[in-house]
Amino acid sequence: MSYSFFQHYWWFLVSLLGALLVFLMFVQGANSLIFSLGHTPEERRMVVNSTGRKWEFTFTTLVTFGGAFFASFPLFYSTSFGGAYWLWMTILFTFVLQAVSYEFQNKLGNLLGTRTFQWFLIINGLVGPLLLGGAVATFFDGSNFLVDKQNLTNFMQPVISKWANASHGLDALLDPWNLIFGLAVFFLARILGLFYIINNVDNKAINERAHRQLLYNVVPFLVLFLAFLVRTLLKEGYAYQPETGVIFMEPMKYLHNLLDMWYVTLIILIGVVLLLFAVGRTLLRPTYMRGIWPAGIGVVLVVLGLLLCAGWNNTAYYPSTANLQSSLTIANSCSSLFTLKTMSVVSLLIPFVLAYIFLAWRAIDRKAITQEEIENDEAY
Amino acid sequence: MMYQLLDISASTIDWSRGQFALTAIYHWLFVPLTLGLALIMGIVETCYYRTRKRFWKDAAKFWQKLFGVNFAMGVATGIILEFEFGTNWSNYSWFVGDIFGAPLAIEGILAFFMESTFVAVMFFGWKKVSPGFHLASTWLTGIGATLSAWWILVANAWMQYPVGQTFNPDTMRFEMNSFFDVALSPFAVGKFCHTVTSSWIIGAVFVVGVCSWYLLKRREQLLAVNSLKVATIVGLAASLLAAATGHDSAYQVAQTQPMKLAAMEALYQGGKAQSLSLVAGVSPFQQPDYLHQQEPPFKIGAPYALSVLATNSFEGYVPGVQNILAGYTKNDGTKEPSVAEKMARGRRAIVALQQYRAGKRTPEVKQTLRDDMKYFGYGYVKSPDQVVPNIPINFWAFRIMVGLGMLFILYFLFAGHITWHKNIADDKWRWLCRAGIALVPLAYIATESGWIVAEMGRQPWTIQDLLPTWAAVSDLNSGSIIITFFLFLALFTTMLAVEINILFKQIKKGMEAPSV
Repeated sequence: MSYSFFQHYWWFLVSLLGALLVFLMFVQGANSLIFSLGHTPEERRMVVNSTGRKWEFTFTTLVTFGGAFFASFPLFYSTSFGGAYWLWMTILFTFVLQAVSYEFQNKLGNLLGTRTFQWFLIINGLVGPLLLGGAVATFFDGSNFLVDKQNLTNFMQPVISKWANASHGLDALLDPWNLIFGLAVFFLARILGLFYIINNVDNKAINERAHRQLLYNVVPFLVLFLAFLVRTLLKEGYAYQPETGVIFMEPMKYLHNLLDMWYVTLIILIGVVLLLFAVGRTLLRPTYMRGIWPAGIGVVLVVLGLLLCAGWNNTAYYPSTANLQSSLTIANSCSSLFTLKTMSVVSLLIPFVLAYIFLAWRAIDRKAITQEEIENDEAY
Repeated sequence: MMYQLLDISASTIDWSRGQFALTAIYHWLFVPLTLGLALIMGIVETCYYRTRKRFWKDAAKFWQKLFGVNFAMGVATGIILEFEFGTNWSNYSWFVGDIFGAPLAIEGILAFFMESTFVAVMFFGWKKVSPGFHLASTWLTGIGATLSAWWILVANAWMQYPVGQTFNPDTMRFEMNSFFDVALSPFAVGKFCHTVTSSWIIGAVFVVGVCSWYLLKRREQLLAVNSLKVATIVGLAASLLAAATGHDSAYQVAQTQPMKLAAMEALYQGGKAQSLSLVAGVSPFQQPDYLHQQEPPFKIGAPYALSVLATNSFEGYVPGVQNILAGYTKNDGTKEPSVAEKMARGRRAIVALQQYRAGKRTPEVKQTLRDDMKYFGYGYVKSPDQVVPNIPINFWAFRIMVGLGMLFILYFLFAGHITWHKNIADDKWRWLCRAGIALVPLAYIATESGWIVAEMGRQPWTIQDLLPTWAAVSDLNSGSIIITFFLFLALFTTMLAVEINILFKQIKKGMEAPSV
């Protein structure tokens, strides 16, 4: 198998991890609605306990997403994390707040009080999806950086990746299209969170509020997502010549990608249909609880398709708006063939990992969370 | 001053180092307790599984509650560490990402998911899964945490002793050529064994501290005595293993990082049949005059012990700082070049790389790259004193770690004997209980001291001999790093205070269910 095959394979795996991360942000989405869904301390505790049994998966997927990117595309890790410093640090800061909030909030002696920790969860629920969405949008809209590997031989300034402005990543949010996509991801996370709560919490009042909230979040999501999608498909994209590696602007590049890669288009379409099915059925049939499954699968497929569209078919997945030739492609930013091959062997264990996650998840999720369980069993 | 030829401010480098150190130190307050308590929890729950006595179940739940409070902080600080390689050390991330990224990715795929999946079953699954499934989940949580330690220590060991890689001038980075050399490097194996066994000590000391408090307060005596029986056995075994693996680690350091060993020993002028400093007049506050002193004042040493530690021979040659700077002959007869020569060869490698990149790919250029690339990092060094780490910190941190390690062995031996053969709840052993409580902060001081030696001793290298800190850093202004440094300092310190307070409250609360 060729070097190119492994580059594409690893872009697929990183995209899949990114897609799973977006799905698992139902934790953040539901947390952003703690006070809307739970009107009493008991109800809020049920919501927190529901997401609290899954937050580790989101967190672990984020860490693994970072690790996999580091191993397979180290130039992205080096350029984006070192350059867009403030963007990533803000995201990480909110995830740290989240990590401690579950365990601490209802413990005796937590010093800051339950409400403070619930607000930490809300901050993570608001900022995490918004900024992660904004960061993903830069895959299509570009970022302001320079890469020159030759610098390594410069005794005065050996750093190879530089951000071309002083904002170090916060400039991403000045681009309205990044903001639009960030908001779309934020509303999507809330939609997923609502589906999850409907399925996972056995409480009539919470369930009714979740159905109401679903409508409020679906409409802005659809408007924002469709606006971003249409604009992205019609705008110029960042392409490269596979033989020379020269990067150039191509009109309607992402539309061409979808036309060239029919299977990616199919993945996105199936995903959209599943998501719309989940939304429609949940809104029309209040007794339908399992919307998280079609919606979750749908979101994974849509995000996977979008990320494949950003990196496959000779597309620069991390474009530079400061210097076109600094843009990162799966060919110029990846690890060596040896490392990609070695890591590919390790990746064969992923189905095994998914299998035990599924088994363990099923074992503790057989019954929806009830007030009685929170009072009498182990709970946050 | 040392960075004056660079266009990167010293402040950026120092604050980046400071931020990484801050995160690592905080992270290491929580991780060893996770690893150590996981083992003890596993043993206690196994007792329940085998006997089905309610007491052991309550005891397992009690320790799991304390584990849970601590676990969250370990996870929270860990995510920052991983991403700081990219945010603060971007040049490093490209230069060696081909090798270094792999263990981090494997850690995520194989260890983190195992840990995060089964920890949820452990906490919330008591009434939802069978006792066997629950016991397996408890052990798998600990195994996941230990596997995670394995891969991150593989990554750390590789920075200290880079193996299994070649430099590719076309891509301007080091690339992996042997996964097994990286994953099973003797340095990694030694580091893992020493780190994990020392974490078991932390777990054991923590349990001893909590149980001792109960005995002093005459509460939860059944829990205290039975848990002490487990903890003293685990603690004694772990202390002895840590001593043995510590010796192995010191031997590895002597072979691969002689400057670190010289700093740990304040050994300025080396030689054969060297004694190990038990104590010496090394000022903790200033770098000694290692170039002009023969040895530190008031040195009291154990004869031959350093040679045995470093070479496994009474007569083995151990180089001091002066010898390493000037060049010396190793025990196998090979010559180790002086630092000045390494600097010259490092510069030759950088210039050859410039030429190669400019299209001058002659056999001479390629040969220079092959011969001198191993000293590449020295090309960025401006003066030899830059490669001498802070001697006082290393010297004293090493002594604190070893001294406390010896104290733990003595304590576990004696306390184990009393717990297993006498009545430790008796009034005459109250002093032993007070000592058990006092050991808790000492254990943390010991384990942090170990990491200080490991990391401060290898300065200025992010990767030994290949990349100094000032060539590994990101292009950031120091103001940004200072802000995030203090943000994380405030956040971690607040959360540490919260955690400690919650732990105290949980301990005061004791086991909630009656132990029958």
